[in-house]
Amino acid sequence: MSAITSDIDLKEKIVRAFEQTPDKKNAQRVEAIQNFQKLGLPSNKSEEYRFTPITRALERNFRFDQLNAVPSKINSIDQFLIPDLEANLIVFINGIYSADHSKIISPESEIIISDLRKAVNQSEAPAYFEKYLKSSVDPFTALNSALWQDGVFIQVPAKTKVAKPVFVLHINNAETEQSIAHTRLLVVLDQESELTLIERSASLGENNIFHTFAEEIIVKENASLDYIKIQNDEGKLHQVANSLIHQSDRSKLNTFTLTLNGSLIRNNFHIAIDGENCVSHFYGLYLLNGNTLADNHTVVDHIKPNSFSNEFYKGVMDGNSKGVFNGKIFVRPHAQKTNAFQSNRNILLTDTATVNTKPQLEIWADDVKCSHGCTSGQLDEEALFYLRSRGISLNEAKAMLLYAFALETLEPIKNPILKTYLDNLISIRLNKS
Amino acid sequence: MASVLAGREDYEVTEGEVQFEGKNLLELEPNERACEGIFLAFQYPVEIPGVSTVNFMKTALNKIREYRGQPSLDAVAFLQLMKEKMKLVEIDQSLLSRSLNEGFSGGEKKRNEIFQMAMLEPKLSILDETDSGLDIDALRIVANGVNKLRSKNNATIVVTHYQRLLEYIVPDYVHVLYKGKIVKSGGKELAMELEAKGYDWIKNELALA
Repeated sequence: MSAITSDIDLKEKIVRAFEQTPDKKNAQRVEAIQNFQKLGLPSNKSEEYRFTPITRALERNFRFDQLNAVPSKINSIDQFLIPDLEANLIVFINGIYSADHSKIISPESEIIISDLRKAVNQSEAPAYFEKYLKSSVDPFTALNSALWQDGVFIQVPAKTKVAKPVFVLHINNAETEQSIAHTRLLVVLDQESELTLIERSASLGENNIFHTFAEEIIVKENASLDYIKIQNDEGKLHQVANSLIHQSDRSKLNTFTLTLNGSLIRNNFHIAIDGENCVSHFYGLYLLNGNTLADNHTVVDHIKPNSFSNEFYKGVMDGNSKGVFNGKIFVRPHAQKTNAFQSNRNILLTDTATVNTKPQLEIWADDVKCSHGCTSGQLDEEALFYLRSRGISLNEAKAMLLYAFALETLEPIKNPILKTYLDNLISIRLNKS
Repeated sequence: MASVLAGREDYEVTEGEVQFEGKNLLELEPNERACEGIFLAFQYPVEIPGVSTVNFMKTALNKIREYRGQPSLDAVAFLQLMKEKMKLVEIDQSLLSRSLNEGFSGGEKKRNEIFQMAMLEPKLSILDETDSGLDIDALRIVANGVNKLRSKNNATIVVTHYQRLLEYIVPDYVHVLYKGKIVKSGGKELAMELEAKGYDWIKNELALA
């Protein structure tokens, strides 16, 4: 069977699955499934998915003609929480919001957290929903827009600092059967508001998991967002996350994506700097082993003048793992005096690990400062020898250097409890390998 | 030579062995050699971003202590020892809290080498061209550090091309290496003679012999 015929089959199966859902008449979803049909699933020749054979993985591992089984109850989610962190907790299990496990502790005057399915038919959310993250661009956004099961709408009122972070936890329970989930997130930070948003995906069981995320985050004038993603699945997770952050004048953004585990992880992360004097720190770290494939496709789009962006991604690949990085920077004709920096550095620990890294800068303005650089290589032999010559064993010297290499990416994280937690995850991973 | 003793893998020893206190060094890993008491002060110390000298020394010292069957130093004891050694080699704490050698001047790097030597208390130190790239003041500070660390229980090999360093660190023995062999040995006078006459007279002497 050729790749193309099977692609059509899978596409048809997904469309048929859509026709079984109660939302099949919803106009936005119908448009989305049409977009999905038009875009099709990416073949191995598709430029954007060249290194990430997601379609093949979906064909091989999933049955789209059946609904998720009702998952067995999870008694305790403690193992997935961040110790000592007081946070508003929003939990999704196999793509469905879990009221039992969720807990909002901030007052409603600080933050409004509501069910996105209801919110899209009410006053505020429709103005933002699918405004910037269009279902016509990426097939997985389209798929999610048609099939999303559940989601959350978070709004921070103007001039409000949310004291406690929001922690969105996705757990896929695949102990007995495969799990397919499509969730959404819509976050609006009104003028001069501040929020720390943490998102983590985790899983149970050894069956296959497919999860798509569609995340729209709007950061208005003078607002400030810290957004931390932790991708640390033990199971066979295949995930495609489409995240778009839209920034207005003088807004500040710190993002950090940590990828540790999973089968296939594709992050399409797009930052639209649609304001002047914005600051964006766009950080990521992937520490991979086994057969994990992690693909970070990122876009920084400077639409207006006088803003600053710094993209900084690092990776360490062990075992047979594969890292992919693609960093697009656009500087539009009006975006004069833009400062845009990008760096992607990789260390390969074995002969069978690979990394593909590609910076892509498109600059239409003439008065800008942009730089980019990517490297991939092994640990510095000279540095290893230096450490060893002082009594430190080879393995410890390697761990020390890798840890130092990785830790630089934690710079933008301000919350000390969160920082300690991430630091700990990183050191555990690097001492193990 | 210095690199071979410390165990750099770029060199292959084709024959012979290196006996150090009854052990063949060539059979040991670089870190084991360090634990046995070998210390190499690098000609070009490596810059290691993200690792502070303080943390690095704490790990290294406790590894060596562990190897020797001594208990680990706790934070307080370590800090006290560090303060003491810092004074000895005239190095500033702010420098040691920074990433190892990153952005250090040539003199600062060499001083850091001597500081590490002071911390680890090796039995045999090898100073590999420690004088290269140093101005007079830095040279004096480094040499003072080395002199203060001299004791009955340790030995220091100074590898250099110049007499200059030897005005500050007065050697007990001088050996002249030419094409990988010791061709002449003597006391400190030999170094002065070399400085006055250059190396050619030794080459001539060898040619005649």
